[in-house]
Amino acid sequence: MGKTKERQVTTMVEQSQRIEPSPSQLLDWYRQMTLIRQFELRCAQSYQQQKIGGFCHLYIGQEAVAVGSLAAARPSDYIITAYRDHGHAIARGTDIYPLFAELYGKQTGCSHGKGGSMHFFDRERNFFGGHAIVGAHIPLATGLGWAIKYRRQESVVFCYFGDGAMNQGAFHEALNLAGLLKLPIVFLAENNCYGMGTHVQRASAVTDLKLRTGDAYGIPGKDVDGMDCPAMYRMSRAAAEYCRGGNGSIFLEVKTYRYRGHSMSDPQKYRTKEELAQYQRYDPIGRLEKQLKDQGLLDEKKIDALHHEIHTRVEEAHHRAEQDPDPELDEVWRDIYANPFGPYLS
Amino acid sequence: MPMMQFREALNQAMCEEMQRDADVFLIGEEVAEYDGAYKVSQGMLAKFGPMRVVDTPISECGFAGLGIGAAMAGLRPIVEFMTFSFSLVGFDQIVNNAPKIRHMSGGQFKVPIVFRGISGPGQQLAATHSWTIDALLTHVPGLKVVVPSTPHDAKGLLKTAIRDDDPVFFLENEAMYGNRGEVPEQEYVLPLGRADIKRSGTDCTVVAWGHGCLTALAAAERLNQLHGLAVEVVDLRSLRPLDEESIIQSVRKTGYCVTVEEGYPTCGVGAEIAARVQEKCLDDLDNAVLRVASLDVPMPYSKPLLNHVVPGVERVAEAIKQAVYFQP
Repeated sequence: MGKTKERQVTTMVEQSQRIEPSPSQLLDWYRQMTLIRQFELRCAQSYQQQKIGGFCHLYIGQEAVAVGSLAAARPSDYIITAYRDHGHAIARGTDIYPLFAELYGKQTGCSHGKGGSMHFFDRERNFFGGHAIVGAHIPLATGLGWAIKYRRQESVVFCYFGDGAMNQGAFHEALNLAGLLKLPIVFLAENNCYGMGTHVQRASAVTDLKLRTGDAYGIPGKDVDGMDCPAMYRMSRAAAEYCRGGNGSIFLEVKTYRYRGHSMSDPQKYRTKEELAQYQRYDPIGRLEKQLKDQGLLDEKKIDALHHEIHTRVEEAHHRAEQDPDPELDEVWRDIYANPFGPYLS
Repeated sequence: MPMMQFREALNQAMCEEMQRDADVFLIGEEVAEYDGAYKVSQGMLAKFGPMRVVDTPISECGFAGLGIGAAMAGLRPIVEFMTFSFSLVGFDQIVNNAPKIRHMSGGQFKVPIVFRGISGPGQQLAATHSWTIDALLTHVPGLKVVVPSTPHDAKGLLKTAIRDDDPVFFLENEAMYGNRGEVPEQEYVLPLGRADIKRSGTDCTVVAWGHGCLTALAAAERLNQLHGLAVEVVDLRSLRPLDEESIIQSVRKTGYCVTVEEGYPTCGVGAEIAARVQEKCLDDLDNAVLRVASLDVPMPYSKPLLNHVVPGVERVAEAIKQAVYFQP
């Protein structure tokens, strides 16, 4: 990595440290993270009751990553992520009702029941999915970045993926293109330590992920504490500004941890309870809650009221989605082509 | 009507569409500064500049995905694969992302993109470099597959493909880039999913497309010269959508059907056509539908072996004779 880039990154980090979130922002993030967690807990319950099919990857433990980083995104920015996508959709502002409906495979789901848990999309909010093949959406992010550059817009792409995706060819091809074409993309590697059941140390030749893109692709890397929502916000905002300034892409290694298995069907034999407990001590919601209490912005009463309110909201959305009708069988023929044609319609 | 090469017709189609619509751009290996590996994009960089005629590294998965992402964001990319044999490096992008995002997003996102390049055995390039990818792609719901056989069709179909709101695979052939044909001066477009009767006849229907169509026409001409047979050649022009109606109509007239393709016979496009013909007009058939295809082996390097594997005029003519119970 060249000296100029190093200086730019130092400036970016310094700028990030000067960003101070307002009390209302902090409260909003606390609310959003709580909403995501309760949504995910409800999903877990429904999945165990076999009401949700397919694979279901919960975001519990990683809430601060989506909430903190997306707080730095403008409505005109483009968001794209992998299959663990519930948190990103909610943090981007998608209502939880069409998300529950999608999980239940209902007509009212965000993808009319054709995408499921791993394929949430929200055109209106520039949320480009929800992609289930590991790493395959990272080249798509370069296309979003190219479109921004092509139209000379000020937008930025926020592209999320896991540590496991960084060993896919698609990742390397995409990062090379992003570096080469100087595309405005914030790459966020959510390093939750495991690609499915394989620890990053057993999967990556170089485990210090933030070092992997600088010399290789001219995309500077920084790490950030993904269990700390304000830290996520500060670094993401500075990173987005770096990209908006025409400097090309930036890579953030987000250190985080998932409390649940890779998917709902994961017995988690690859880690100890102690390891999990250690991370839970840094729980992103608990941490922000403590900060808000210390600042006098929250007390037990307010917390109870907020939890109750969110719980009611989740239950109502969930109940409504569950009652919704299944799609008509004709729905299988829709949304394949702009204008359906025969004879595939036989 | 002016005569022009196949590659010039493709070039004209792209240039006209890029002039018409600022969202259209061309991206691929060697398309810009090198002027195209097969000179299809000759002069386009000079005309449109580096934001609209974009060179990429050798990185098929990367730039195929870039194109799809750009299409999701509303642009209309033309992605050139030097050959579709190389597209296999990015196969996940072209069979998973391109055709399925509209569906999986419940219609929220469309992917208006054209992937174009060579499909078919080249000049002794051996097994990995010689893919005829027609059947592999045609298998996938959500894609469209276009295979032109003349400069005229190539231009009109490519313009339509670029304007189409779905991913269109536009399959060309190295041996055909220098072929010349009449191309109208005034603007025109051709619909996808409409076959063209390239030669009328009453004795046998031959269903073909792309380079195979030229082989079929040569065989039809030979059989006419030698034996007075009137062979009808139906040029499909697109494999998905498939103009089943034109095939059936022709078979009803002739009573015989032969398919010609340069891909493999097993689960090939010919197999699909044979199945549909017997489903729709078994009573009109006076013999089984015969398939002419490459032999079911990896493409060899040796020229005599290659010529043995890929169907030529002789094999197509023999199949037609066999199909119509020809007695000299």
